[in-house]
Amino acid sequence: MSVELGHFAAILAFTLALAQCGLGFTAVAGSPALAASARAASAGALAACAVAFACLVAAYVRSDFSLVNVVANSHTDKPLLYRIAGTWGNHEGSMLLWCLIATGFAAAAARFSQHLEPALRARMIAVMGIVTAASLAYLLFASNPFLRIADPPLQGADLNPLLQDPALALHPPFLYLGYVGFSVVFAFAIAGLLGEGAGRDWARAARPWAIAAWCFLTVGITLGSYWAYYELGWGGYWFWDPVENASFMPWLAGAALVHSSIVTARRGGLAAWTALLAIITFTLCLLGAFLVRSGILTSVHAFAVDPTRGAAILAMVAAAGIGGLALYAWKAPKAADDAEFDLLSRESALVVNNLALTVSCATVLVGTLYPLFAEYVFGAAVSVGPPYFNLTFAPLMAAVMLLIPAATLSAWRRAALAPVARRLWVAGLAAVAVAVWVGLQPDAALGPVIGAGVGAWLVAGAVTDLVVRAGGRGFRPQALVRLPLRVHGAAIAHAGLGLLAIGACVELGFRREQMSPMAVGDTVLFQGARITLERVEADEGPNFYIDRAVLRLEGPGGPRLLMPERRFYPAANQPTGEVAITSTLRGDLYVAFGETLSQGDGPMRWSMRFYFNPLINFVFGGALLIALGSALALVSAVRNRQVATP
Amino acid sequence: MRPRTRRLLFIGVSVPLIAVAGLLAMTALRDQVVFFYGPSEAREKQVPAGQNIRLGGLVEPGSVSTPATGGIAFRVTDNVVSIPVEYAGAPPDLFREGQGVVAEGAFTSTGGFKASRVLAKHDETYMPPEVAQALKDAGRWQEGGEPSS
Repeated sequence: MSVELGHFAAILAFTLALAQCGLGFTAVAGSPALAASARAASAGALAACAVAFACLVAAYVRSDFSLVNVVANSHTDKPLLYRIAGTWGNHEGSMLLWCLIATGFAAAAARFSQHLEPALRARMIAVMGIVTAASLAYLLFASNPFLRIADPPLQGADLNPLLQDPALALHPPFLYLGYVGFSVVFAFAIAGLLGEGAGRDWARAARPWAIAAWCFLTVGITLGSYWAYYELGWGGYWFWDPVENASFMPWLAGAALVHSSIVTARRGGLAAWTALLAIITFTLCLLGAFLVRSGILTSVHAFAVDPTRGAAILAMVAAAGIGGLALYAWKAPKAADDAEFDLLSRESALVVNNLALTVSCATVLVGTLYPLFAEYVFGAAVSVGPPYFNLTFAPLMAAVMLLIPAATLSAWRRAALAPVARRLWVAGLAAVAVAVWVGLQPDAALGPVIGAGVGAWLVAGAVTDLVVRAGGRGFRPQALVRLPLRVHGAAIAHAGLGLLAIGACVELGFRREQMSPMAVGDTVLFQGARITLERVEADEGPNFYIDRAVLRLEGPGGPRLLMPERRFYPAANQPTGEVAITSTLRGDLYVAFGETLSQGDGPMRWSMRFYFNPLINFVFGGALLIALGSALALVSAVRNRQVATP
Repeated sequence: MRPRTRRLLFIGVSVPLIAVAGLLAMTALRDQVVFFYGPSEAREKQVPAGQNIRLGGLVEPGSVSTPATGGIAFRVTDNVVSIPVEYAGAPPDLFREGQGVVAEGAFTSTGGFKASRVLAKHDETYMPPEVAQALKDAGRWQEGGEPSS
């Protein structure tokens, strides 16, 4: 019964979204009653979507095997947490989550935009109506999670065991909060372009949404990357795989958007450019969904996919991209842009960084889509791996990062080189010192040395920025505390990016791995540690069997026991591995329990893989600092969204 | 700065940026692209030893062994040609006999294939598109996703 209720609620949400769109556009003429009913429709769509989502979650919790979707992705033995998370651990359920988030954003944007000019607000609500209606139409017509099965089985096929993990339970919601959050910015930009001469207003109103979406996307990508690190057992956290790039491209474009919107919201400049970035970012979000859901590119993270579904998403990508860009080409030249600034100014530095970020995003796009191009043009199946991205993306990103400290210390409108240079010499020294230190390590390569130096430059630059703003030579801690939140946010995010760069470069340049066949009692030496295999034991989890190796570690990070596991999930008929990690300040020692080796006459042996990942926690910690910094900037932007500066 | 000079700033920065990025991307694509071959195609094209490629097909049933030195050895087949592969690491969780696999690495001078990376998927019903294509090219593919033997 509740399944039909959920199905009906989803259909109701779809019709309400259509109503929201129609009422929104008719309300542009100025009727407050129509505008109020458009807002009510958006709230109604959210309520209906929430009911639909709750019904699907209930079906998963009850293990209602009369639903195709539950049969394919759940099992009665699965722990409750993963029965709930399994709701969005599959295509159909995750699309319902997407719709829930989209209607949530639409209702929130409609509710919290009372300070906007009425016509702009009505247009924005209408465009959000298009976004949610399209999402719900896709849900209902191409991936309906509420389909019944004629002959319900007694047991389901279980959720892919690799997904039965806390980080991956949270990964899709955060990623979707990011993707869909950018749809609000997109709606604001389209609404601004549809109205004549809209510039600063929509950007000021859209900025909090852009920062929130970008913050969520940062958390989502970090969770996914951390999951890949400890769950896949490959010792790495980022593989420049198409599915990873699919989320990284909107992140890069979103970073440019978050920064250009500063100029538009504060100074009224770059309005057209900010609108363009809003369109590009949301289109890349949809493109990401297309790449992941269609399976058109070979990915290490690919799940079973249905190419027919890709076509519908591709149509949405085309509609958002082509429609948005056409509107942009038509209206953008008329956008008011009256901010005056010099060639040497914060605005100019932001423009240069924006362009560099956009171009680096384009190189990722080229590398990701090149296999498709090569297949259709040359008929050759090819893949583009990490070397391409290290050679193209990395130098551009290094250029972006070199400029950041100088940009944050430059004045708006008109800056001078000398004071900026005078303040940054300490940061320069820090960068050189770190680069030299990395360069003196055995087997140092040029790339990691430069990257680590640039990262240190960024961290030291962020600290310098705070110190200068808190009085410089007359530095007082009270002044530091009293600095605006956005200043703290920017410094924390930029320092986080610097730490991420240091971690990524050092990890890339100095990671070590070793594979050793081991019998019980064997000892290996790895990175200054003595590791002994004490025993291998069998155990059982809630819905899996365990082979567990118990290794004793002596040396750095020890003494302690490392217990990597191999698990077998009978319901899904699938093995997984659980690595053991011990973290020190220098890095992670990482052990994966490999296969049982064919035994001759001797004792049983297993293959153990050891990885040393230096400074890898800088990568995850840096990413979290970026998220924290953007959360602080969000608070600041929410406070400022109504204050119009003359 | 007037709108005109601002436009000059945009153009003045983006043209060199795009030129540099384009140059880097073209060089990298020329040197770093990894070609994909099915076993028949790889044999036919006589891919030179040492060239980094991706070899995709099915893991030949009964061919998987774990040498005492660690790692894994198996044969990749499209049911026409089968090529022996050695891999020093551990295979992914979903590496199975009879399932699709992609091995990245190079041929050795003796005609074997030394893999530096072995990819199987996160999902047991997934078939890499290139592997499906290679099986179709070799005339060993039945619609419905099950490879014929």
